[in-house]
Amino acid sequence: MTDNALWPFEVEQHITAMSKYYAGKIGSRFYITLRDEGKIMAVKCPRCGKVYMPPRETCGPCFYNMKVDDMVEVGPEGVVETFTQVHYNEPVIPREAPFVYAVIKLDGADTGITHYLGDVDYENISIGMKVTPVLENERQGNILDIKHFKPV
Amino acid sequence: MKRNVAIVGGGQTHHAARRQDVSQPEMVNEAVLAALKDANMTMDDIDAVLLGNMEFFEGQHMTDCWLADSTGAFGKPGLKITTGGTVGATIIAAGAHHVASGLFDRVLCIGFEKQEEGDTNAILSGVAHPLFGRSMAGAAMGFFAMLGSSYMANFGATEEHSAMVAVKARQNARKNEYAHLKLNIKIEDVMNSRMLAYPIRMLDMCPASNGACAMVLADEKTAKDRCKKPVWLRAMETAHNEQFVLEWRDTSSTAPKFSDVAATRVYKKLGVKDPASYYDVFEIYEPATWAEILWYEDLHLCKKGEGFKLIEKGITEIDGSIPVNPSGGVLSTNCIGASAMLRIWEAALQIRGDAGGHQVPRDVHRALATGYGGTCWTVVTSLSDSLED
Ligand SMILES: [Zn+2]
Repeated sequence: MTDNALWPFEVEQHITAMSKYYAGKIGSRFYITLRDEGKIMAVKCPRCGKVYMPPRETCGPCFYNMKVDDMVEVGPEGVVETFTQVHYNEPVIPREAPFVYAVIKLDGADTGITHYLGDVDYENISIGMKVTPVLENERQGNILDIKHFKPV
Repeated sequence: MKRNVAIVGGGQTHHAARRQDVSQPEMVNEAVLAALKDANMTMDDIDAVLLGNMEFFEGQHMTDCWLADSTGAFGKPGLKITTGGTVGATIIAAGAHHVASGLFDRVLCIGFEKQEEGDTNAILSGVAHPLFGRSMAGAAMGFFAMLGSSYMANFGATEEHSAMVAVKARQNARKNEYAHLKLNIKIEDVMNSRMLAYPIRMLDMCPASNGACAMVLADEKTAKDRCKKPVWLRAMETAHNEQFVLEWRDTSSTAPKFSDVAATRVYKKLGVKDPASYYDVFEIYEPATWAEILWYEDLHLCKKGEGFKLIEKGITEIDGSIPVNPSGGVLSTNCIGASAMLRIWEAALQIRGDAGGHQVPRDVHRALATGYGGTCWTVVTSLSDSLED
């Protein structure tokens, strides 16, 4: 048998790996407050005053470790900074195409978060549009406790 | 090296099976702050940040992105490095090369793992050969089990010899405030522990730890100006074998082996004739007891087939003539991405005389540290308090 008489052979493999991430002090307060009170907490660096949403542990430019007491409520309303409509499905994405993604800067925050837009006609979305979150009634303590943002 | 490179500071977290109190960024930040404090520096002093862990162990790729703020890497040059178990030593090698080349004067090196957050055995199966090996893979244990079986058959060692290594590691760990498994155990405890894969029992294996280590490397001028006790990186060598070359597990083979080859290159570079007397302490990468016995031989501390006699005679105990792993080693603490860096950091602490409870009772001028990456390669690092040797 010559080399080029061979047909390509595929070996199938599959790996399943579960993860769980401890959210830390700042992340824990974010999720607990969202789940129990339906409020959105950012964190404000006491050094430079920047308000981070989503919150994080350390202000990068200041290399300053922020505390739980540095957290501030933001929103709930915000503005669309940029957006797109997605026309294909991916198993890891919990939405059926077509759906709309946006970067939303909540009132009082200096940085935007990525989330879904809903209850809206794609043709009527615009940058700078005012939006407000729609929360799940039965919140689990994850980022999809915010179902999506909708126009104000 | 073009320029001399010193360790001018370092630090580690307390290592544990559970760190639910912190996120990965918070845990890594603990080690970074400890290293900066030890180096008497702030993040403004740091030119570049190198970070590494076992790839995808926590189900997260590109951890340098997630951790950019808490590592201090924001806005700075840097690299993410993943070379399996060796990664901590590879980060130090890469950091040293960046300083030696003259590109940077002060480099922060960080290794970490938060094993509790991922499915590490599943991810480890992805290290095996995808066509021929993965269906037989389950964590790292199988390699060490086959190595132990082969070693006993070839050289007449017994399961009690590996148990002696297990006891030495955990008794040393009891002297190390940062170690994970501080177990007051005897040989019979090891022999009575659950058999996992013959001849490896539960207490023959390393734990799955959470923790981080960070070190600051600097050029000679910075080291001499700013550091009271610089520890010089005198030589580093990396050598690979191929995964299906079975010499490593066939302990009778005389074919070139990665660990032996890397050590031989280091010794040649530094003119070391008798490593057992040249070095005052060794910090080696031993995820399983049998690996330590093989390291004795591969580092030329004894003849081939006689490694088990070193542990039998107590020569590698903390107060023995060739102290090996006074920290408790990987057998007591294995936060993978930090483990090979911890070997180098612990070696540096011994040279500085700062190891605390597990400081070896002798003058320490030189130390040798090793790593294991995947199954068939290593980084060997030689450290000294002097640039004259
Ligand atoms: Zn700031």
